[in-house]
Amino acid sequence: MTEVTPSLGSRKTGIRPARLQRNRLADLAIHPLTLRLATALILFSAWEYAGRLPVSPAFPGFVETMIAFADMAKDGSLLSALLITLQPLVAGLAISAVVGIGLGVAMGISRFTEWLIAPPFIVMQAAPMAALIPLLVFAYGIGLASKILTVCIMAMPVIVLNSYLAIRQTPASLIEMGRSFLGSRAQIILKIMLPSASPVIFAGLRLGAAAGFIGAILAELLITPTGIGDLITYNQSIAEYPKMYAAIFSVIALSVLFIEGLGKIEAAIFRREGRKA
Amino acid sequence: MTTARRERPAETGTPIIEVRAISKIYAGGVEALNDISLEVPRGKLTTLLGPSGCGKTTLLKIIAGLIPATSGEVLVSGRPVTGPGPDRAFVFQDFALMPWASVLRNVAFGLELRGVSRSERDEVARRHIAEVGLAGFEDRHPHELSGGMRQRVGLARALAVDADVLLMDEPFSSVDEQTRRKFQEDMLGLLSAHGKTVLFVTHSIEEAVYLSDRIVLLSRRPSRVAQVIEPEIRRGDDPEAIRRHPAYLDTVETIWQGLKRYLD
Ligand SMILES: Nc1ncnc2c1ncn2[C@@H]1O[C@H](COP(=O)(O)OP(=O)(O)O)[C@@H](O)[C@H]1O
Ligand SMILES: [Mg+2]
Repeated sequence: MTEVTPSLGSRKTGIRPARLQRNRLADLAIHPLTLRLATALILFSAWEYAGRLPVSPAFPGFVETMIAFADMAKDGSLLSALLITLQPLVAGLAISAVVGIGLGVAMGISRFTEWLIAPPFIVMQAAPMAALIPLLVFAYGIGLASKILTVCIMAMPVIVLNSYLAIRQTPASLIEMGRSFLGSRAQIILKIMLPSASPVIFAGLRLGAAAGFIGAILAELLITPTGIGDLITYNQSIAEYPKMYAAIFSVIALSVLFIEGLGKIEAAIFRREGRKA
Repeated sequence: MTTARRERPAETGTPIIEVRAISKIYAGGVEALNDISLEVPRGKLTTLLGPSGCGKTTLLKIIAGLIPATSGEVLVSGRPVTGPGPDRAFVFQDFALMPWASVLRNVAFGLELRGVSRSERDEVARRHIAEVGLAGFEDRHPHELSGGMRQRVGLARALAVDADVLLMDEPFSSVDEQTRRKFQEDMLGLLSAHGKTVLFVTHSIEEAVYLSDRIVLLSRRPSRVAQVIEPEIRRGDDPEAIRRHPAYLDTVETIWQGLKRYLD
């Protein structure tokens, strides 16, 4: 068994066949940023084309929408609307993050809590939660509370389930290692399970944030028109379609930026550890 | 090595671990161990040798207090094992390193769990990192190291808590051949310098004979102790000479004959 095999063991040393030298242009062409810009360009061109056809008189082109966007940005109406929309969104996401991670981790570390609270969240993730909005309004009225809760019911299930699965997937050998070096249960949870789970928990937060944005807009469209929801419904009612689409565009852009930002934070935290979220 | 050597009781050779009639049946009905009894002499290197799947890891984990036995008992320094203890440190087959922690933190982790202050545990960890030949890698993360280096980190972590007994589960299995020889020699030197008792699992006969003072040969599952062999090999000789020594070759042959009976 211990014969010295004339090992061609590049497997361990990581030597790879020499990479073909790619030319600079090809490198640039597959750079993620180039790809993203290309995607955006194609999307916006198609939008502009559809606007000029026109698909419908109620569908403005990209350029027209951007002009309306600039106007609304200038007169401050967009910013003040976004600030209003952000209130239930930020509150709802903060609550979902804290409660969601808490519940998920509790489920991950205890069979009893899992038995108690896993089923409703599995149902919640599968069910169209927006259908519950009328129920929320009935119970909590048409104020901020209902809107925050709308964000929560949209964002929380994926945060809870990701946290729960992430904790469950802690490698058994790491837990065994913690026990063999005399770690207490609390130490094993805090120093082993949570760090091990954090990339997947983070991914859950990102998905939850995306769902939360949808929840915030749904709430403003279905409960009472405020913020961006108000801009959308109001401009629709007076047939100011470029402004209506500018409002929709602004919230999509904000959502994309926010989630990209979370992704960047994630990458910065986990890159050094050689882990992917 | 400039490591301070701890004074050891003079009773080298007396049993520090006594395994008494251990049987293990896993939930689900797999009968892994059947009435195992053995002794591990203090300050020596004892090997558990047996075919894959015969229950070597199971026995080591029972001794570590990580899993309960179905029946029988294990005594360490005369006291029954009821769980993990400061007298035993485990070196895991798959390393069990925390990917998010640096080499330094991984090595210091046993001390961290015991509440040793940051500066003190880092100092101890640095010393053991240097000892296993990883000085300069303190701030790296496990994914930046080769399999052999990761296993050295696992060894340093076990040394850092200064347990009397090291329980090592196939520590060389994921290390390539050249690295393995070097690592084995380093480990022999290190362990004898520290006067540790080592219980070591392997399925390599050569490795067992080369490294150990005592070999416990396990049969196939449900395993029992088939044979206990004490290779009469003078350590301290040139490693290559040992591997050519007639006593070494004879022992390998004896074990091979013994094992063959269980391989059908
Ligand atoms: N947690 C477990 N549950 C059920 N069976 C197990 C478990 N762990 C190991 N076994 C079984 O017990 C036997 C011995 O396993 P192990 O101790 O890992 O063997 P070895 O380390 O000698 O290769 C194997 O047949 C294995 O499938
Ligand atoms: Mg094993």
